[in-house]
Amino acid sequence: MLSVTGLCTEYVDERGQAIRAAHEVAFEVPEGKLFTLLGPSGCGKTTTLRSIAGLEKPRQGEISVGGDVVYSSQRGIFVPPNRRGLGMVFQSYAIWPHMTVFENAAFPLRVSKKRFSRQEIQERVSRVLKVVALEEMAGREATRLSGGQQQRLALARALVMEPRLLLLDEPLSNLDAKLRERMRFELKRLQRELRITTVYVTHDQSEALALSHSIAVMNAGRIQQVGTPREIYERPGNQFVADFVGTTNFLDAIVSAPVAPGYYRVSSALGEMKVRAVEALQPGEKVILSVRPEDIRLSETRPEGENVWEGSVDQKVFLGEAVDFQVKIRDRALQSRAHPSLRTRVGEPIYLRIDPDKCVALRASTT
Amino acid sequence: MNAALLRRTEAPGQAGFDPKWLIIGGCVVLAVYLGVVPLGFLLWQSFFTPQTAAKAAVLTLGNYRQAYGSPDTWILFWNSLRFAIGAALLAFCIGTLLAWMNERTNTPFKGLFFALSVIPLIIPGILFTVAWILLGSPKIGLVNLALQRLFDTDAVFVNIYSLAGMVWVDGLHYSPVAFLLMTAAFRAMDPALEESAVMSGAGVLQVASRITLPLAWPAVFATLLILFVRAIESFEVPALLGLPVGIQVFTSAIYQAVHRYPSQIGLASAYAVTLLVLTTIGVYFQSRLSSSGSKYATMTGKGFRPRPIDLGGWRYVTTAIFLVYALLIVVLPFAVLVWSSLQKFYSVPSMEALQRLTLDPYRTILSYPNLGRSVWNSLFLAVASATLIMLVTSVICWIVVKTKLPGRWLLDNIASLPMVFPGIVLGLAIMILYLYLPVGVYGTIWIMLIAYITRFMPYGLRYNTTSMLQIHKELEESAAMSGASWATTFRRVILPLLKPGLVAGWIYIMIVSIRELSSSILLYSPGTEVLSIVIWELWENGQYVELSALGVMLILGLFVLVLLAQWVGRKFGIKDA
Repeated sequence: MLSVTGLCTEYVDERGQAIRAAHEVAFEVPEGKLFTLLGPSGCGKTTTLRSIAGLEKPRQGEISVGGDVVYSSQRGIFVPPNRRGLGMVFQSYAIWPHMTVFENAAFPLRVSKKRFSRQEIQERVSRVLKVVALEEMAGREATRLSGGQQQRLALARALVMEPRLLLLDEPLSNLDAKLRERMRFELKRLQRELRITTVYVTHDQSEALALSHSIAVMNAGRIQQVGTPREIYERPGNQFVADFVGTTNFLDAIVSAPVAPGYYRVSSALGEMKVRAVEALQPGEKVILSVRPEDIRLSETRPEGENVWEGSVDQKVFLGEAVDFQVKIRDRALQSRAHPSLRTRVGEPIYLRIDPDKCVALRASTT
Repeated sequence: MNAALLRRTEAPGQAGFDPKWLIIGGCVVLAVYLGVVPLGFLLWQSFFTPQTAAKAAVLTLGNYRQAYGSPDTWILFWNSLRFAIGAALLAFCIGTLLAWMNERTNTPFKGLFFALSVIPLIIPGILFTVAWILLGSPKIGLVNLALQRLFDTDAVFVNIYSLAGMVWVDGLHYSPVAFLLMTAAFRAMDPALEESAVMSGAGVLQVASRITLPLAWPAVFATLLILFVRAIESFEVPALLGLPVGIQVFTSAIYQAVHRYPSQIGLASAYAVTLLVLTTIGVYFQSRLSSSGSKYATMTGKGFRPRPIDLGGWRYVTTAIFLVYALLIVVLPFAVLVWSSLQKFYSVPSMEALQRLTLDPYRTILSYPNLGRSVWNSLFLAVASATLIMLVTSVICWIVVKTKLPGRWLLDNIASLPMVFPGIVLGLAIMILYLYLPVGVYGTIWIMLIAYITRFMPYGLRYNTTSMLQIHKELEESAAMSGASWATTFRRVILPLLKPGLVAGWIYIMIVSIRELSSSILLYSPGTEVLSIVIWELWENGQYVELSALGVMLILGLFVLVLLAQWVGRKFGIKDA
């Protein structure tokens, strides 16, 4: 549906220097799917989105939407943003303060090349306002809406033309925490019901994991890894992805020998252990191990199996639904998340077990 | 209201007298005295007949009857409006076009022009006007002479001594104000508002007419009002260009009424009150507009600069517009002053005149008897008024922003009141006040200091308010918790934190004080001339070459001051010095 290849974008900063914002960005979004660009601020995700929208003119590459090429540096094609027929929700919502709710949503129909009758406009706007549960607010001044309502109105305005592609630029970042969580479900439900192809930009990893069919993690203008939320979380491709998405423990290690396809024996600060790796590793190679806190199993009695150590509880933090333990093994502190029923006291010994499947070895040089 | 305010401010100090109320009270009294008393006297005076040795002043409506009974006044009114509206519109059109080109298009070198287009603000109005007389006068104007030679005729192409000439010079001189205000308006607008219209399928014209213009309308209207109020207060241009051909506006009519013999202060006051009504209406609507403007203040996003519009071949046209503008507003006026400052007697540029270049005017002006004293007076007034204003307004500002004293909004308004005074009206009001008040400041430099402080107090207030709002209350509270008294806290915590605003405001007031003419012209007496008065006198005496020499030096001096201000600004980390 959407295909981006070899996209390079630069912009000129206030001092007049060209800054490379996106470099060799390429991805495909299939029909009806929600694709997320995830990364820290300044990683080029918004620039990439704005290039798809046509608000930014890339230096190189090709973008096509549903088979129509909207930008191609080789063929010299640049379709202006108002002819691309895409829907977009801005971070600030960009609700026009001098119009009512109805007029805001009706604007794309009113400026359309295709003439819509008064009745058609009425019908379409009512329908789309109903979808976002704003139909009773139609006559209100747009500035009288709350943050969440403005956000839904911006969505309605983007959807009213039934665009081929919906672009969302951090749509939830201006909402407070509770509302953000609710709108997350709302957005997911809407996208899945309408089956509208969507590109979503966010710096919030939990948003990305919760909403997406697939995620591209970006850093410094480049895509680091593309995958399903589960792949990104459980099998991060490099140290940046492991660190940016979720919390993790990093351990330096050296590869000893392969033990099974995809599995290696390594020696780390904790001692010998079995880990998994996506890439092929050579013995003697330096690697970094990434283990999620919830993948470190704690118990007061020694468990069966591999990768088991004895340590002592250094600190613990009660969070309500879980307890975070900091466990010390030979001067190495590891963070682990356990069920609150585990009540081992600070200073007491405790056993750790790390599932080899959940301990990922990453090549140290990748970042 | 003065007393009521004070009583309330003293109320919390029941536990014992705190010396801080002395400082606060003193500043409040000073602001109220400066803001309110001259206005009251002016109003009162406009209802009296002139006082002479023979007969005392009596209450009368005669001044207003004379002012409004005569058809001349209606011509005056009509001229003032035409001049002010014309100059405001011209400045607005030029300024908005430049701001749009600078903010939203890919015109080359636009960064350079941003700096260049602000320079005219430091050229004093009287010098800009004189320069344009040398360019546009029907007899000696270079523009006429050049065009006459080009077409080989005797026809007069432009006549600066006309209403159109007045509008041209004033509008051109103040177009940078419009440029700055509209640039701010363009920058304040969330570009996403326009971009989302583009994404909705709207074309360039639809975006402009349905989104940009309706949203910019409050800013447009406010800018027009500011320009109108400023133009109707303008004195130099109407006095130099209008009076020789009998085109009077309110400001020049006030000047003439005072300088007639016997001086008709009552009539001048009646004119002044009318002028004051006009400016008050303007300022009132402007403040209404800025408070209702918050309706349009929307949540802003990441502040993405919008992609500049690619003008293609048109960008050569916009570059040409920039160049012509720079020529008209900086290069030509300054060049003609430099040229004339290098001549023994003023003559138009020619090969012959080129051989007679001399530095004589500079020698003459440097030995001019009043020059040393006037430089000293100007500097004294500039430094003293800037320092006093910044200190007093910092206290007033603290009261308004940081305390919950009842009536503090009133204090804010009173201290901002001089904003509605045109310079010449303020000069008149202060002149009348100290003619009647036997405190011995009339005819001394102190009366001018009072006028400058009153006139520029609102600027100081504005600079201080901006930085005061950024100081968190807890910074003061923690000083108090550490055991510091109010005075210590103010001196050791508040003032240092205000420093960027204080320095920027101080330099700005320095510059406008040195340029000041319209109040000084009614208040100076032999011995208290300032630089702008010396220029005025040189003009009256027809000493054009000496005037040009002084003007060139003054502009260069002010330019150095502005560079210094920018350097200081960068050092203290403030953006707009």
